[in-house]
Amino acid sequence: MTDVADARQSAAREGAVQGPAPRVAEHLNRALHDLLEADPDLHVLGEDITDPYGGAFKITKGLSTRFGDRVRSTPISEGAITGVGAGLALAGAKAIVEIMFADFVTLAFDQLANFAAKSTAMYGRPVPVPLIVRCPSGGNRGYGATHSQSPQKHFIGIPGLRVYELTPFHDATRLLAGMLEQGLPCLLFEDKVLYTRRMFEAGPLFRVGFAGRGAYPGDEVARVSLDGGGEPDCTLIVPGGVAHRALAAAEDLLMEHEVVCEILVPSRLHPLPELLPASRHVVVAEESTAGGTWGADVAAALHSRMWPALRKPVTLVSSADSVIPAAAHLEREVLLQPGDIRRAVLETVT
Amino acid sequence: MTGLAEAVRGLSTEDLRSLLLIRHFELSLLRLFEAGQIGGTTHTCLGQEYIPVALSPLLRPDDYVFSNHRGHGHLLARYGDAPGLLAEIMGREGALCSGVGGSQHIYHHRFLSTGVQGESLPVAVGTALRLKGTGALACVHVGDGTWGEGAVYEALNMAALWRVPLLVVVENNGIAQSTPTHRHLAGTIAARAAAFDLPHIRLATTDIGTIRAELAPLVAAVREESCPIVVEFVTHRLGPHSKGDDTRPAQELDEARAADWYRHAAGGDLDLEIQALVGRIVADVSARPLSVWERA
Repeated sequence: MTDVADARQSAAREGAVQGPAPRVAEHLNRALHDLLEADPDLHVLGEDITDPYGGAFKITKGLSTRFGDRVRSTPISEGAITGVGAGLALAGAKAIVEIMFADFVTLAFDQLANFAAKSTAMYGRPVPVPLIVRCPSGGNRGYGATHSQSPQKHFIGIPGLRVYELTPFHDATRLLAGMLEQGLPCLLFEDKVLYTRRMFEAGPLFRVGFAGRGAYPGDEVARVSLDGGGEPDCTLIVPGGVAHRALAAAEDLLMEHEVVCEILVPSRLHPLPELLPASRHVVVAEESTAGGTWGADVAAALHSRMWPALRKPVTLVSSADSVIPAAAHLEREVLLQPGDIRRAVLETVT
Repeated sequence: MTGLAEAVRGLSTEDLRSLLLIRHFELSLLRLFEAGQIGGTTHTCLGQEYIPVALSPLLRPDDYVFSNHRGHGHLLARYGDAPGLLAEIMGREGALCSGVGGSQHIYHHRFLSTGVQGESLPVAVGTALRLKGTGALACVHVGDGTWGEGAVYEALNMAALWRVPLLVVVENNGIAQSTPTHRHLAGTIAARAAAFDLPHIRLATTDIGTIRAELAPLVAAVREESCPIVVEFVTHRLGPHSKGDDTRPAQELDEARAADWYRHAAGGDLDLEIQALVGRIVADVSARPLSVWERA
């Protein structure tokens, strides 16, 4: 359980031991400060990331003041700044690139898929490309069709490219350091609503542990389970951005329906880490729109590995197959909500 | 073209060797393709050999060269490793990249090529940012057709804003695959460079001595003042874009041939020597076992 210890240390460093845990945005900002301080070869690039603005979501606040030219506000050129990051990485530096909204990472698809990811292998030998591309993702904030998406699924299955998602349980310094250590380009999706939540908290009913050992720091899967509960009725597998919706559904299922859920939250989405459900019903929930989803990949892996142990095929729940509307009442109809997860679990266990 | 004849006669043996090595290498590739001994695709630089040969002594060992689909000459002028490159293209033992990269994806010392137009310019800006202040530079080769890609402008904008040591070499051979420049490029490359306040020089000569004399102070300024520049060569593609896909009218091809330096070197002792050398390399590499890729 070294992660838990690390998480506590991290919380202590942020002076939050006595008070509430830091918000995810503050925690991530602190992680970037720590990483830049520890590594003089690390650069951070992105649109509007320097002070006094400090980034659209303030994740880079204070960095340029402390670290000067290593933190660079760029023109509105998502494709090229991703390429610049790869060029820095090839020449012996390391780079973290911020894409202001994950929707815009489509503009960097060529640099990611055809250059950064391929360069690690297409020259016949391993070429390190320590590059992280950070993507604030997800909706439920009323930003409309082009500022609300969860495009993780479009990056699943690209050789050489790793896909991560920020979670409220994984220490961000450790996670990002582990990503850079691999020498492979990594995408990090960061749910924009998650930014406002507090780290390490799963509510009074649940405790957080870590299952399995990851290949790199931060690769472990967080397991949220009922304090003192036995074998759960259902295992929910969700990316970090859906963790709080899964928790809300799990609380409701316990109180209203006496259904016990555990929640597995991997930080790495691709390649899939080893997911070890403790129950025989599995539901995968994600905010991506339906079709060709991450969950389908998880289901395929679980079906081939544990088919005899499952009572039913894995249930997939996602947002609707739809553009994401701007008006709050319409957006709610399209995007994954706790009620969708609750319904999916009830249909699965009964 | 007596000027061209004189210029070729005035070449150093070293430069002529380098030119001939590239010429005979590329001609051999086309023959190997015709004979079915090479698969996939290739893009030869016939007629454009003098550009990397002219640049070669202006580059330092710690400079990075970013090359494109038409990159054999860029590699050979810098490192001369014809057997390694041929083995790479043929997938044989001794290949520079184990045969994984092939003709257009090669990473060797500080030379890196990629197959997507314009893709390497932003990467070169990143590398140049890293090199800034060391005296080394990043040199990136593009064609006239590459200027259709948005990545070029995103990269030039950042290169100019951040003053990185970037040498952009444009090989304007008047044709992008099958589309003539006047059909794919509005305005001029000079005006596009000017839009970013970047110095631009247009070199219509094929004379290596003249090219070096013009470029030496400019390349020194890229290093010392960390100011990116755009060097546009007006050149001719003698061969097809790839293999057997040349649709240009005879008159245009005649013009390209008239500008060819090789007419004035053909049949000389050195020509015969290098031709024989490349012949031996082809025989040697063809006889080698297949390359092995040791995956990470």
